[in-house]
Amino acid sequence: MRFLMYTIGDDSVPIPPPSPELMAEMGRFMDEATKAGVLLATGAMAPSAQGVTVWFSDGKFTVTDGPYAETKELIGGWALVQVASKAEAIDWAKRFLRIVGRGESRIRQVFGPEDVEPKRA
Amino acid sequence: MTAPDTHRAIEAVWRIESAKLIAGLARIVRDVGLAEDLAQDALVIALEQWPETGIPNNPGAWLMATAKHRAIDRIRRNVALEHKVEVLGREIEIQQELAEADFEAALDAAIADDVGDDLLRLIFTACHPVLSTEARVALTLRLLGGLTTEEIARAFLVPEPTVAQRIVRAKRTLAEARVPFEVPRGAERTARLSSVLEVIYLIFNEGYSATAGDDWMRPALCEDALRLGRILAELAPQEAEVHGLVALMEIQASRMRARVGPSGEPILLLNQNRARWDQLLIRRGLAALERAEKLGGALGPYALQAAIAACHARARTPEETDWARIAALYDALAQLAPSPVVELNRAVAFSMAYGPAAGLELVDALTSEPSLKNYHLLPSVRGDLLAKLGRFDEARAEFDRAASLTRNARERELLLERAAACARGSALPPR
Repeated sequence: MRFLMYTIGDDSVPIPPPSPELMAEMGRFMDEATKAGVLLATGAMAPSAQGVTVWFSDGKFTVTDGPYAETKELIGGWALVQVASKAEAIDWAKRFLRIVGRGESRIRQVFGPEDVEPKRA
Repeated sequence: MTAPDTHRAIEAVWRIESAKLIAGLARIVRDVGLAEDLAQDALVIALEQWPETGIPNNPGAWLMATAKHRAIDRIRRNVALEHKVEVLGREIEIQQELAEADFEAALDAAIADDVGDDLLRLIFTACHPVLSTEARVALTLRLLGGLTTEEIARAFLVPEPTVAQRIVRAKRTLAEARVPFEVPRGAERTARLSSVLEVIYLIFNEGYSATAGDDWMRPALCEDALRLGRILAELAPQEAEVHGLVALMEIQASRMRARVGPSGEPILLLNQNRARWDQLLIRRGLAALERAEKLGGALGPYALQAAIAACHARARTPEETDWARIAALYDALAQLAPSPVVELNRAVAFSMAYGPAAGLELVDALTSEPSLKNYHLLPSVRGDLLAKLGRFDEARAEFDRAASLTRNARERELLLERAAACARGSALPPR
């Protein structure tokens, strides 16, 4: 099963740069997740001020520059993992958050090629 | 957390930690069977205590410390038996390890490499040639994949007691044969590694052959095999064939959604909708293949098969396929790991690269091959090549024969349609 795990934060509040200790510990954690065969891909989001929203309604496009109105709900970094169960994804998120110290991580299942597609009724 | 939630959380911890736990214990007690029993004891204690106390911050270290205490209890109980001195020596060793447990957190990083060595030893032991193939598969899924006996039984469509028996016997065989808990070296390593790779690929193919309506545990075997392969690739990064196998599995898995039609019929590679191929897995597969190629030396059988799969994966349309390269790769594969099935695939590649007559020449050399006597793909391929050459009467006879040999109803239908088209003097049935 594939899950997208992403951190949620407020990107109007600048985050202090991570300490070398935190960086090292995070490096070890990423290494562990890779060695456990669960990490498929990772990434980090650029600040939302650089983002764009494209709307389509009544046949008309509206393109707005970021940031979004609700800055507390923004995605910071993400990891795509392949694990045996949702409980396992939760356990990896806990391991990640324990290193970060505090924060919020959200987990959504992503359908991969191994998932049987919902049959049409 | 509710009780079922805690239970699931503990199962998840087990999936992540069990292989490392068993591997670490096996190094200490030098018996894989005993190591697994101790790990299971620790799991039982966790299932009793964690719902009350909550899951500890470092569940892996907790399980290891608990299992080591159990090891000492067991040794004390057995101490009256024969090998007193040897057993006492082992106890002192474990006591020392326990005393060191306090420093474990600080040493975590340093120990990480040792854990890798232990895991590698565990993989080689579980796939030891002294065991039957079935036993190797069951033991690998159990010890390294963290699957329960019940899950293995469901995945392989066999009764649970059969799998349990297989595992018990395998552990006994390893103990009786005094298989050392080590990573083989030199010439032995190559042979033993191919046994490991064979087991992982077997697990993958068992999952890949699952069909609609099967228990979901069956296709999940593909994920289990991929995970084992990815773990092995990090444990033995200098082994090109490990990356070759991972590449092959990643690329094959990328086609899972495209290879079956809406009514469950198999869709052949060239007819698949390539938009449904999973690009993430293709990229991972190509990266793994690159790792294998960068290690230098001639490609092994898995890397060659991965290289062939990569030719298909790189082509955005079937017409873009580099058939000359595929034909050359099949040449190399036929040299390295000759088999009638490889020959048949080589013939198909030659027909695509150099025309149906070139392919037919190779196929004709296979018609007397006893192992292909009842293999429906031989007359099916031969029929296709004959039809392309306009030899419709011969082609029709081959399609009829292929239809009588296949066990898949939908495929039989397709073959009979092609036979009927040949009877009308056309290579392909009307669409």
